[in-house]
Amino acid sequence: MTVTQLGMPKVFHGTGNIAAEESFTSFAGRELKNEQLRANLGFATHTIRDKRAKVVGELPDWELLRTAGSEIKQDVMARLPELLEQFEKNFTERGGKVHWARDADEANQIALDIIREQQAEEVIKIKSMATQETGLNEYLEENGVSAVETDLAEEIVQLGEDKPSHILVPAIHRNRSEIRDIFLKKMPHIDKDISDNPAELAEASRHHLREKFFRNKVAISGANFGVADSGTLSIVESEGNGRMCLTLPDTLISFMGIEKLVPTFQDLEVFLQLLPRSSTGERMNPYTSMWSGVTPGDGPQNLHVILMDNGRTAALADQVGRQALHCIRCSACMNVCPVYERAGGHAYGSVYPGPIGAILSPLLTGVEAEENNSLPYASSLCGACYEACPVKINIPDVLVHLRGKDVDAKHGKGEEGNKRQAPDQMDAIMGGAKAMFSNSTLLSIAERGLPAGGLAAGRDHKISWLPGLIGGWTKYRDIPEPPKQAFRHWWKKNKKNGPKQRAASDRVDVDALIAKNSGLAEELHRRHAGEAQEEREEAQEQAAELKKEQRREPDMVRREEDLLKGQDDSSNGTTGEGTSSQEGND
Amino acid sequence: MSEAKAEILRRVRASLADSPEAPEVTRAYRTESEKSAHDVRAMLIDRLLDYKANVYEETMDSVAERIEKLLGKSARYVIPKGLNLDWLPEDSAARRHLVDSGNGQRAGSLTDRELDAVDAVVTSSTVSCAETGTIFLNASDEEGRRAITLVPDHHICIVPAESIVELIPESVRRVNPERPITMISGPSATSDIELQRVEGVHGPRTLDVIILDGQ
Repeated sequence: MTVTQLGMPKVFHGTGNIAAEESFTSFAGRELKNEQLRANLGFATHTIRDKRAKVVGELPDWELLRTAGSEIKQDVMARLPELLEQFEKNFTERGGKVHWARDADEANQIALDIIREQQAEEVIKIKSMATQETGLNEYLEENGVSAVETDLAEEIVQLGEDKPSHILVPAIHRNRSEIRDIFLKKMPHIDKDISDNPAELAEASRHHLREKFFRNKVAISGANFGVADSGTLSIVESEGNGRMCLTLPDTLISFMGIEKLVPTFQDLEVFLQLLPRSSTGERMNPYTSMWSGVTPGDGPQNLHVILMDNGRTAALADQVGRQALHCIRCSACMNVCPVYERAGGHAYGSVYPGPIGAILSPLLTGVEAEENNSLPYASSLCGACYEACPVKINIPDVLVHLRGKDVDAKHGKGEEGNKRQAPDQMDAIMGGAKAMFSNSTLLSIAERGLPAGGLAAGRDHKISWLPGLIGGWTKYRDIPEPPKQAFRHWWKKNKKNGPKQRAASDRVDVDALIAKNSGLAEELHRRHAGEAQEEREEAQEQAAELKKEQRREPDMVRREEDLLKGQDDSSNGTTGEGTSSQEGND
Repeated sequence: MSEAKAEILRRVRASLADSPEAPEVTRAYRTESEKSAHDVRAMLIDRLLDYKANVYEETMDSVAERIEKLLGKSARYVIPKGLNLDWLPEDSAARRHLVDSGNGQRAGSLTDRELDAVDAVVTSSTVSCAETGTIFLNASDEEGRRAITLVPDHHICIVPAESIVELIPESVRRVNPERPITMISGPSATSDIELQRVEGVHGPRTLDVIILDGQ
């Protein structure tokens, strides 16, 4: 599976829907032209961002909760083997069954075996990132089992034969009329006169799924948290489809990444505050369910959890990158990211989009997998994601670290060690630059080429196209025409025209000058401050003036309306006078 | 130990070869309320209303009348076996309660389809968190098994006044993880279509909360 170099620990990368088939830049280039997607995403990210800021601002101890969340997760990573075994012991003692899966295929196979044991041909599902990661739905389909998504957005995506574009609002790229069309086409018993009102569409989904909740005997979920000391699993949701799947069927299979543990039940008090506020911008999501093994006569009696590696141990081996495993999948980083907002979720290729996806996907698969090495560059490194992250994952740091890994990989120094490439344009440019800047004669010769830049720029004095790799720059912007001559050449020619070196006697007595100017700086500073104050006052006066004018405007409007009304009244032959006197009484 | 488990644990240990430090967790966030009971209660009401739940404040003398009004003249409703019957209105020809035994596999419990056919469910609750507007059900005899508060379309939930706390840490301390836990913050909702919030998808579409004093 993996070839490693001497001295590096052997790591096992993940498989499934976590590798981009196309580079981010190329996909995003196309997606940027999709106006609908950009408008919907812009609206969604800004709405949720504002809501989040409001409810986060309500908590005086938000930063303390973030610190605790980050520390709990660091603790989990440091003690992972012990906590995994503790969770297994507690979940098993309470009647559940724990399975272990090294990769996506193994996890899917385990689920299929359980489903076959129950002789089910259809299963109901709660939205889950882990099963999207393993490609469970497609795998089950190939094996004759249909998996019904019960989350409204996932249902829209599934019925529309589409891919989710946001981990929290997966169908945000669809508008209401598109959703209505999908429902009309795919729901057999739907009222043909249904409107595109979201409430009506939600009602249609309720009717469509209710029968499936009652009929199906097997449900599949992910897990938001697994608690080691109590063997508890937890699902956080909004619509109640989660509760239906977790309560009504006999058999429940939960997919959980090994990093989703928290050590104690008490630790949930931190994450239950961090997650909903960061995620949907609510004080609390409508429903949260927790179960610790089987409860006789209440809920599923045949309980399974699949603990999944699928590249998580590879991420854990990366000392800088391992913090990506702290992620609680809230999507706050996406909603604040200027790149995500424009490029959209599909451009990231993996099921994990946005800033967290840009680090998590290449960490899980290895930076050398398919096009995942393009993901660490899908960021302007502005740092908004780090600020928003409820568990303080330093995404920009990890992005830079992974860019370094990508460069190493391209030079045959990566983990895989087998993706050595021929020196590329960047190498040639950098190699050339190194030679030139370290040799003044060479640099001088190179700079004599500058007038050619003027030719390239043409009559508008701009360069709009450059060849090869550096063409990436001119794809979206122009470069001004370079000067005809380098400064060093100009100086060589013109230095004789400059002032002669002064004689020693003309030289300035620096100490005397300092003494003479002492206090001048403070004086200047005071004067500027005074001027600034005056300017401020002037601006305030102007603003007040402007406000007064604006206030006056409605009066004018009202007067105009009165006048018009008077005209109408008189033209209708009614008593115009009566109207005005009534108003006078007000 | 399965082969996969041994292999995964081996990988985890190899990845932690640098022995990262497990930090002591700083729990400097709020864990005890500093607000008066009156303020905490007002906060809970505010948050519940914000989530489009209906809130009523009743005493032992008035609670039955309130439930009667909420159920309407004609109703079949389910209650868990341990619910205080003094809270309920007297059954009439058109309105009567059905007791669920609490064990879905034994006689005396309603099937899922029967639960779908009843008009409402009345239960108590374990603890309510004011700051988030969240009611915790913990599968006690007064709350019943999970299905009875999920399938009916109307949930009338009693919140004993003394079970109200301000903070999430205070709430988490009062629930027992050995029994199933359901946290409810308003009726079910979705914002999946153009981010427009729609109340009521799969869970009960009406949530009536009765804050009960002096029980």
